[in-house]
Amino acid sequence: MIGGLFIYNHKGEVLISRVYRDDIGRNAVDAFRVNVIHARQQVRSPVTNIARTSFFHVKRSNIWLAAVTKQNVNAAMVFEFLYKMCDVMTAYFGKISEENIKNNFVLIYELLDEILDFGYPQNSETGALKTFITQTGIKSQSKEEQSQITSQVTGQIGWRREGIKYRRNELFLDVLESVNLLMSPQGQVLSAHVSGRVVMKSYLSGMPECKFGMNDKIVIDKQGKGGGNGCQSIAIDDCTFHQCVRLSKFDAERSISFIPPDGECELMRYRTTKDIILPFRVIPLVREVGRTKLEVKVVIKSNFKPSLLAQKIEVRIPTPLNTSGVQVICMKGKAKYKASENAIVWKIKRMAGMKESQISAEIELLPTNDKKKWARPPISMNFEVPFAPSGLKVRYLKVFEPKLNYSDHDVIKWVRYIGRSGIYETRC
Amino acid sequence: KVLLKYFTPLPTCTVGEIFELKAELNSDKKEKKKEAVKKVIASMTVGKDVSALFPDVVNCMQTDNLELKKLVYLYLMNYAKSQPDMAIMAVNTFVKDCEDANPLIRALAVRTMGCIRVDKITEYLCEPLRKCLKDEDPYVRKTAAVCVAKLHDINAQLVEDQGFLDTLKDLISDSNPMVVANAVAALSEIAESHPNSNLLDLNPQSINKLLTALNECTEWGQIFILDCLANYTPRDDRESQSICERVTPRLSHANSAVVLSAVKVLMKFMEMLPKDLDYYSTLLKKLAPPLVTLLSAEPELQYVALRNINLIVQKRPEILKHEMKVFFVKYNDPIYVKLEKLDIMIRLASQANIAQVLAELKEYATEVDVDFVRKAVRAIGRCAIKVEQSAERCVSTLLDLIQTKVNYVVQEAIVVIKDIFRKYPNKYESVIATLCENLDSLDEPEARAAMIWIVGEYAERIDNADELLESFLEGFHDESTQVQLQLLTAIVKLFLKKPTETQELVQQVLSLATQDSDNPDLRDRGYIYWRLLSTDPVAAKEVVLAEKPLISEETDLIEPTLLEELICHIGTLASVYHKPPSAFVEGSRGVMHKRLPAQSTESPDVGTAAGGSAPEAAPSIIPSQGDLLGDLLNLDMAPPTTSGPPPPTTGMQMGGMDLLGGGLDSLVGISHSVDPYAATPGQLVNPFWVKWSLQTVIRRSDGVLCLQVWLPAMKAKGLEISGTFARRAGVIQMELILTNKAMSVMTDFAIQFNRNSFGLAPAGPLQVLTPLGPNQTIEVSLPLSTVGPVMKMDPLNNLQVAVKNNIDVFYFSCQYPISMLFVEDGKMERQVFLATWKDIPNDNESQFQIKDCHLNSDAASSKLQGSNIFTIAKRTVEGQDMLYMSIKLSNGIWVLAELRVQAGNSNYTISLKCRAPEVSQCVFQCYEAVLKN
Repeated sequence: MIGGLFIYNHKGEVLISRVYRDDIGRNAVDAFRVNVIHARQQVRSPVTNIARTSFFHVKRSNIWLAAVTKQNVNAAMVFEFLYKMCDVMTAYFGKISEENIKNNFVLIYELLDEILDFGYPQNSETGALKTFITQTGIKSQSKEEQSQITSQVTGQIGWRREGIKYRRNELFLDVLESVNLLMSPQGQVLSAHVSGRVVMKSYLSGMPECKFGMNDKIVIDKQGKGGGNGCQSIAIDDCTFHQCVRLSKFDAERSISFIPPDGECELMRYRTTKDIILPFRVIPLVREVGRTKLEVKVVIKSNFKPSLLAQKIEVRIPTPLNTSGVQVICMKGKAKYKASENAIVWKIKRMAGMKESQISAEIELLPTNDKKKWARPPISMNFEVPFAPSGLKVRYLKVFEPKLNYSDHDVIKWVRYIGRSGIYETRC
Repeated sequence: KVLLKYFTPLPTCTVGEIFELKAELNSDKKEKKKEAVKKVIASMTVGKDVSALFPDVVNCMQTDNLELKKLVYLYLMNYAKSQPDMAIMAVNTFVKDCEDANPLIRALAVRTMGCIRVDKITEYLCEPLRKCLKDEDPYVRKTAAVCVAKLHDINAQLVEDQGFLDTLKDLISDSNPMVVANAVAALSEIAESHPNSNLLDLNPQSINKLLTALNECTEWGQIFILDCLANYTPRDDRESQSICERVTPRLSHANSAVVLSAVKVLMKFMEMLPKDLDYYSTLLKKLAPPLVTLLSAEPELQYVALRNINLIVQKRPEILKHEMKVFFVKYNDPIYVKLEKLDIMIRLASQANIAQVLAELKEYATEVDVDFVRKAVRAIGRCAIKVEQSAERCVSTLLDLIQTKVNYVVQEAIVVIKDIFRKYPNKYESVIATLCENLDSLDEPEARAAMIWIVGEYAERIDNADELLESFLEGFHDESTQVQLQLLTAIVKLFLKKPTETQELVQQVLSLATQDSDNPDLRDRGYIYWRLLSTDPVAAKEVVLAEKPLISEETDLIEPTLLEELICHIGTLASVYHKPPSAFVEGSRGVMHKRLPAQSTESPDVGTAAGGSAPEAAPSIIPSQGDLLGDLLNLDMAPPTTSGPPPPTTGMQMGGMDLLGGGLDSLVGISHSVDPYAATPGQLVNPFWVKWSLQTVIRRSDGVLCLQVWLPAMKAKGLEISGTFARRAGVIQMELILTNKAMSVMTDFAIQFNRNSFGLAPAGPLQVLTPLGPNQTIEVSLPLSTVGPVMKMDPLNNLQVAVKNNIDVFYFSCQYPISMLFVEDGKMERQVFLATWKDIPNDNESQFQIKDCHLNSDAASSKLQGSNIFTIAKRTVEGQDMLYMSIKLSNGIWVLAELRVQAGNSNYTISLKCRAPEVSQCVFQCYEAVLKN
């Protein structure tokens, strides 16, 4: 299991050092600094073995988190734990920065003591932790409160406490999708997939039993025509759920039922590859004019209902390293050559569906005798659209709370769809 | 904020600082005290020694302020070991806290006291721990469970004496899922250091409890439970299936580690399911999507996932064969993700997707990262070798890349083109001219050696081959050994092809190699060539210009037994390093080698079938060292792998008994022989098993043979080698069991065969990666090829072997069953069979009798088919079945057979016809062996 956990700043100074196992010595702290943080070469692996000691690291801005072990630990678990550790810290004191860590070092030690015991991760749900790891000085808890805390931390529903009350029962569902594309210069889709998340913010009293339904092809097909309100079903390649969802029920009946944590949680992640609506098509045209000039023309076409508006559109056209000057003309939005990023950045605030726009640029190059060819990185795009490119639709979210006197109809529900670009690239 | 100032970096605490802190710690004001302890902890964090403050800090322990208490505990955990006498002061507080009314405080105390590694103290802590293990509050119990593991790490004996292990076992039935999960984790860890203790005692009942807890506990608990489940071997395929069914829902968990651990359990238990089961294929289909989903996790996890997928793809290529696209590299992937994806792309490349793959690889070859580009270029070459249809496109892509003149691209391309030439001789030599243009830019040994090899190999087609090679000769002594050896061989080849113009050149290189070089390999090779050339140029030609063995299609495949072990370690560091845990974990932990279970539905007699068939001839030791083998050993023997970490110095105590006990547990083969349904009376099963299981460990049930001691320890300075042969999936395997019965560690193992009748030769180096300590045993499976040098042996199936280690070279000989050489495509067309039968002269026919065989003709036929003896036709004449069969040997020799079975007569008559009648006797022995079991 995890033998120790260190946090360093960008210089390699230790901010937090917690050793759980006797086989990890003080020299491990230095070994990681010397061999990884101060290494001449960029690190080639997130797992490093130095003198029979293994180091797992992740970086958040310029802070290094490293877990150390001398055993054959579950590597996936260690990384999951490090991410979780970051989430917990963020939930407690915001951004993970050197200053925040130094200011909260006592809290961090307290957290590390609680969520990692002898290197074994323990309950690390912020909701539960916040009930008894507080930095507001110690309140003397009553006996009931104490046992409530311990039963929540160790209980079956470790993510929610009993006795939550809201005057107005309300819930928000966000379907957030990122659509990823890799397209050849000729417009052939090399790979495309949507990775989506259903984020739920719930303000519900008691221990509400929820059931979530969407236009999952398997479910719709099973129901026959029952759900046939013209709603297209989609094929989901794979999905994963928050730990509150009963997985065996999903496996058996494909129904998604759960008692949600209070506040925000990521209910579900999913991935689709079939029948994806690609909101934009990028058509590049790059021509080399002699050795010192490039002509670039890029057309973008929006491919969705004309009534909808895409926002925050940004097209990034890479330029060679030896670019000396760029002239740009675009029909819409603003375009600028950013020398420091080696790219022309073209921004459009809004664009309706079924429209097209164009940019053309002349790139002057310095003559070089560099043998190495310019790698021609792909043209990438960013945008946001008010629909789900996968075609996913929420069909229902039913709430039952048998003990309290509110029914499904009393809950105010909001659903919102946002499609964003993930890695949306067209080779040129 | 204020606290920032605590972190001002200073090398050590000055006397003044210590004094100041002391005063503050003893202050009456609570706030001041707390601030002082914080300062102490901050100093501790940056590595300053603040142990001098021990008594003052411990004095602050008795407080009702929980935050302050936690800080003091943190300090205690760090310094108790260095101040054991002072640490005793803390005991009372712990004992008291363990009885506090607040469960959080009780848990805190039990958690902390386990971290205080002072012998004197641990004894005081047993009573509080005992109480906490039975506490009414689950939070205290789950903390106490882990505390047992802590205590065991400090003093294992104490834990056993106090009976904590039994209490811990009871906690597996606790009502609270988190208590169960922590108890499982603690027990698993303790069990790891006692491989034979049977601590976990997994049985269908306890497994059921675990599976129930799996649905209810936290994500981390699920991981502990799944990892523990993976150590269990189900009794039969039904149990295996029912566990799989209950584990599958975990594949949808958001936590990647839960998913990977579930995959591990499924991959392992799937081995036991019959392949024709519907559920088996359903399960295969269910595995792909979650594996693909792992690739959308954070990059570090993607890396772990990809390393594991690499193993899974090698073990079960069918799972991901349609998912090539998801492994396409993204421009912004971190380099470690890119390199891993590329590896998997090559593994998945097939005729169906090769066009896409090639287009991608071509893109990658123009990227920035040098390692990545190199690997991409190499991958193009691999594709050419793997998918014949794509070879031409690959070669032209490589030529395009050479035109870029980017130095490392060119070099990498030349290295792979060399391999392409070897795979497809006389096809692409037209590109040699282009390659030669780039001679000057090659500065890496591997590329230089490859180019020199090409020039030497095709010297007759390159007009200025002599000039080219001569240009390398100038700086001969500055070249690396690889290049020097290659240059020597290339010039000799050139000389044999164009003797008239190159005499001077060859003399020059021979003198450089033999007289001016300190490298024994180079000198020896030089002398051999020299002697060959001066005594018998014709023989020289035969040796130097001999046909080369084909190169294999797959590279970097993990050796099958290691692969199996790594599959059992999916998700863990071992699967990331692709090394067994024993290679990087110290001490006794991880020494146990895990194995996949065998399919349970296999008929029980298969395991022992070959038992009687193994040749009974006693192995003989070749006494003399002066023969060809000795020389062969000096030639190009692959150096032993030294990439692994250095050998562990302590803790590797694995006596013969340990190994036997631990090994037997995992032996499914054994369970067959003790299974009451398996052994029918009259079968010669049990005596054999008893004999061999005492002797050493036998593995797997698919075609396990009996083991013979080939090399007794007393004749080989303590190294005992026993082994057997098996044919699996078309590959001949030599299973060796090496036992070190000497007092010193053995390393640097290597193996070589003498020429033999069928050209058997090791297909790779002997994979003994870790040094073999005294009393240790290692099982190695050595794949064999049949493309080695050939010499007729007597008896025909005799094999002379030389094994080298750091101590000496040892020789022995053994006999392999000739059925190892029966190839899978040995079924002859009916017409061809008839014609061949007639065509072979009657003198070549030999007849044998097989006595006491009670099978009917159909049973015999299907049994023989298992050994690649194929029945082509059956005829019944006057109650006598005549079976016509064909066999093809690995060297292309066909053996035709006619088997006559008379109903009610237990004696069979067999006639064998073959163009090489020498093999008949051996083939007959195989018939007898197969039929009689």
